[in-house]
Amino acid sequence: MSITLKVNGQSHTVDVDPTTPLLYVLSDDLQLNGPKFGCGLGQCGACTVINKGQAIRSCVTPMSMVSGAEITTLEGLGTLEKPHPIQQAFIQEQAAQCGFCLSGVILTAKAYLDRNPKASEADIRQAMSGVLCRCAGNNRMMKAITRYAQEVKA
Amino acid sequence: MNRRSFLKGSGALVVGFSIAQVAEDLGLAPGVLDAQRLDGASSNQLDGWISVNADGSITAFTGKCEIGQGLYTAQTQLVAEELCVPFNRVKLVQCDTALCPDQGTTSGQQSHPTNFNLGSLALAGATAREALVGLAATRLGVAADQLTVKDGVVSAKADASKRVTYAELIGDRKFNLTLNRNAKRKPHSEWTVLGTPVARVELPAMVTGRFEFVHNVRVPGMLHGRVVRPPSRNATLMSLDEDSVRGMPGVVKVVTKKNFVGVVAEKPWQAMQAAAKLKVAWANGAPLPAQRDIHTRLRDDTRTRDTKPVDAGEVDAAFSGGAAVVKATYLYPYQMHASMGTACAVADVQGDKATIYAASQAVWPLRSSSAQVLGLKPENVHVIFKQGPGCYGINGADTVAYDAALLSQAVGKPVRVQLARKDEMAWENYGLAFVIEERAALDRNGTIVAWHSEGWSPTLGGRPGPNNPGNQVTGLLAGFEPQPFQPRTPAPAPNAFSNNDNAVPNYVTGLVNGKTEGTGTIATQRVVSHSVRSVFLTGPLRAPARIQNTFAHESFIDEVAASLKVDPVEYRLRHLSDPRLIAVVNAAAKAANWSGRPSPTSSRRNGIASGRGMACVLYEGDNGYCSVVAEVDVRLDTGVITPKRFVIAADVGPISNPDGLKNQLEGGSLQGLSRTLLEEVNWDEEKVTSIDWRTYKPLYLGADVPKIEIVLINQAEGEAMGAGETAITVVPAAIANAVFDATGVRLRQVPFTPERVKAALASRT
Repeated sequence: MSITLKVNGQSHTVDVDPTTPLLYVLSDDLQLNGPKFGCGLGQCGACTVINKGQAIRSCVTPMSMVSGAEITTLEGLGTLEKPHPIQQAFIQEQAAQCGFCLSGVILTAKAYLDRNPKASEADIRQAMSGVLCRCAGNNRMMKAITRYAQEVKA
Repeated sequence: MNRRSFLKGSGALVVGFSIAQVAEDLGLAPGVLDAQRLDGASSNQLDGWISVNADGSITAFTGKCEIGQGLYTAQTQLVAEELCVPFNRVKLVQCDTALCPDQGTTSGQQSHPTNFNLGSLALAGATAREALVGLAATRLGVAADQLTVKDGVVSAKADASKRVTYAELIGDRKFNLTLNRNAKRKPHSEWTVLGTPVARVELPAMVTGRFEFVHNVRVPGMLHGRVVRPPSRNATLMSLDEDSVRGMPGVVKVVTKKNFVGVVAEKPWQAMQAAAKLKVAWANGAPLPAQRDIHTRLRDDTRTRDTKPVDAGEVDAAFSGGAAVVKATYLYPYQMHASMGTACAVADVQGDKATIYAASQAVWPLRSSSAQVLGLKPENVHVIFKQGPGCYGINGADTVAYDAALLSQAVGKPVRVQLARKDEMAWENYGLAFVIEERAALDRNGTIVAWHSEGWSPTLGGRPGPNNPGNQVTGLLAGFEPQPFQPRTPAPAPNAFSNNDNAVPNYVTGLVNGKTEGTGTIATQRVVSHSVRSVFLTGPLRAPARIQNTFAHESFIDEVAASLKVDPVEYRLRHLSDPRLIAVVNAAAKAANWSGRPSPTSSRRNGIASGRGMACVLYEGDNGYCSVVAEVDVRLDTGVITPKRFVIAADVGPISNPDGLKNQLEGGSLQGLSRTLLEEVNWDEEKVTSIDWRTYKPLYLGADVPKIEIVLINQAEGEAMGAGETAITVVPAAIANAVFDATGVRLRQVPFTPERVKAALASRT
C-alpha cells in the first residue's frame, strides 16, 4: 500500500504493509537516527516523534494511521550547527549519559511545553511520567526541560 | 576529517574489510595501522596508540570504550593534555579490533585507573610528547629542557622564533618507538584540558538525532533478523514448520542451530511478523524453583564454591565468650540491566571472514567467542565497536552479536538483529541475588571486637570471555555450555588481601599475611563467600556483588550503632582507619548538616516520617571512595518511600572531568534508587515474567527524585580511580538507614516496595 506523509518538512511516499509501525519506516526506509526502538510497546518513549504538535509513539503507530501526517523527529528540530533551543538546553545542562533516550525526552517535553507554556514543574513531571532514561539522568534532564520552559514562557 | 565522517567511512569495512581504506580516511601513514593489527602485541608500540597527521592533528587509538560514562571525552582530554594540543585537534578511535590496542574489556570502572595513571594511553601520550620534544631539540639545536610546547608547536624558551610544529617534525610518519616506562606525565599543576569540565563530544550529535548508534549502522544489502527464543526456561526444540511462514512477504530464511531459532527477512517488520507466525514445537524442561524460596535455597545449597578474603584473630572465641552479639541477615533479589534500547548488532559473514558491529564492552573477547560460534579463526573476525544504550554490565550486546552472526552466516549476507524487549529481559544475564549474614561481637564500651560476614550468591555463565559463548543465551541455545561450575569447600586460606567484591566490611583491618590493607580497626574478622549454581544466567550488573555486600555491611553497622543508641556516623568513624574514607564520610556529613544523634528519631508530621541515613565504601577495596547521606520521607499509611535529598562525597584521585564525574555520581545514585525501591526479576514455574517496563518497574522521568548535592575531593597527586560504580553501591544501605531513622523499622530485603514497608511498619506495633 502506498502511503504519503511529510517527515521533517519533506514529502515521502512509501510502499509498505499498512500494519508496519511508523518507527520502522523512519529508521529503516528513511534512514533517520533520531527515533529509536526501545521497547516496541509504547512504554519507554524512545521512539517518540511529533505529529502536528502532538508527541506520538512511533513504535505502536501503524502506517495506516499516518497517511498525510506531518512528522518531526529530532533531526527536524535543529541542526548540529544550529540546534533548536530545547536541544541547546540539553547541551548546556550536559543532560545525557548514553543518549539513547533523548528522542523521547526532548520531543515529549517540547510537544507538551509548546502546547502548555505555563506548565508548572509538577505539570512537567506529570507529562514526563511515561518517559524513561535508564541511566537515571533525571535531575539534569528536568533542569534542561525547565530551562526550555522558561524560554517558552518568556 | 571529522569523526562523523570517519564513522561513516568505516561503513565501508563491511564490504571491503579494508584497512587501507580506513587508513586513507583517517589520513594515516601507511604502516601505522600495520602496527595496530598485531592483536595487542602493538600495545607497547607508540604507533599503536598515537599518530600525528600531516595537518598537525592527532589520531589516538584506545581499547576502552564509551558506554555513556563520558570516557570518550575524558580520554580525548587526556591525549590533548599530554600532547599539548587543543582538545578539538584530537580524534579518538575506540575499540576496533583491527585498529586499536587490545585493552580487553571496558568494565569494573577500571578504565580510568588503566588509562589515566602512567599506564597505557597516558603513557603513550607522555612518550609521544617527549619524543616530539627530542626531535625538536635536534632540529632546532636547543637542549630539550630549554624547549616548551604549546598547541602542537615546540619552541625555545629563550627565543620564540626558534620553533617547529609537530606536523613538521613527524606528520604522517611513524615514531617507531616503544612506550617509554620512564616518560613523565604532565604535572597536575600544568593541566589546562584535563581536570576541566569539557562538554561531552557526542552530545550535539545525539540531541539533534545525527549520532550513529550501533542501531543505526546500515550497510548495503543488509537484511533483518529476528530470533525466536523458547517459551519457557529449560525448553528444547522439538520441531518447526517452515511452511508456516512460506510465502510471507520478504521472508528469506528460517535458521536453526540446536535450540537457536531465527528468521531472516528483507525488512524488520517482515522479520517480526514471520517470527511471530513461525510454528515451533518446544519440549518443556525442568520447572523453575518457586521465587519465594530463592533465598532459602541459596542459603541451604551445599554445592558451593567458597572463597575467604580474610580470616584473622580468634573469631569463634570472640563470639562464644559471652560478649554482646548483634546479628542480622540481608536479602537481595535478581535484578537486570534492562537497557534503554534492546540490544542490536550487524554482522556480515562472508565465507571464512566476518565483520561485526557491536556495542560490546569486550570487542576482543567477542572476536574470539564469535569466531567459536561461527567456526572461524579469530583473526578472520573483525569487531567494530559502536555505541549502544547504557549497558551497566553485560547486557545483550554480545549475545545479539552472536544472533546476527549466526543469521548472517546462514544467508551469506549482512544481517541486522535488534532483540524484542521480552527476548532481552527474559534471557539476559541477571545481576546477583544474595543472602548475607552479619555478626558482630561487642566489648563493654560498645566497640566492635569481632565481625563475621558470610554471603551466598548464585552464578551461571557471565561474560563470555574469549572462549565461553555458552555464558550467554545465544551461545547456550546454539549448543555451547556455560563455563563449568566447580564447587570448592572449604575455601582456601587467603594469601593476599583483595576486597574486589567488597565482601569485606569497611570496619575491619583486612589482616592477611601480616599486612593490614583494609580500611578499619576491627582485628578479629572473618569473611566467607559462597557461590551457588544459579537457575538463571548471571553476569556483572553495575557494582556486581559490591552493591549487595555494601547494602549488608552498611546497614549492619547502623543496626549495631542503633542497638547501642550511638550516632551512626560517629560509630562508623570509631571503627575506620583509612584517612580518605574518613574524609568522605566527614565531607558528606558536613555538607548534609548531619546532626549527631542515635537513630531512630521521632520526626513525624501529617502521617509522614522523615529521617536520614549514611553509607560509605572504598569500591573494590582500592578503586574509589564514596559516601552518601540520604534524607527520606516515609508515608506511614502507604509505605511509600520518597527520598528528598542525596548528599554525595567522592574521592577518585585526580579528577579528569569534574562535570563528567558529577554526572556519573548523579546517575549512579538515582539508578541505585531505582534498584533499591523498585527492581526485582520475577518468575513463575516455567519462565521469567519480568519481560517489559510494566512487569519490571524502573524509575521514570516523572518520578519523585531527590535533590542531589555533590562534594568532590580532588586528590591531585593520587592515582586515578574509578567513578562509575561507587555512588550506586552506597544507596541501598543509606536509604534503609534513613527509613530506620524515620520509622524505627529495619528493611533487610531489597527492593523496599510499599508492601514490604507497610508489612514492616505493621509488624512493629
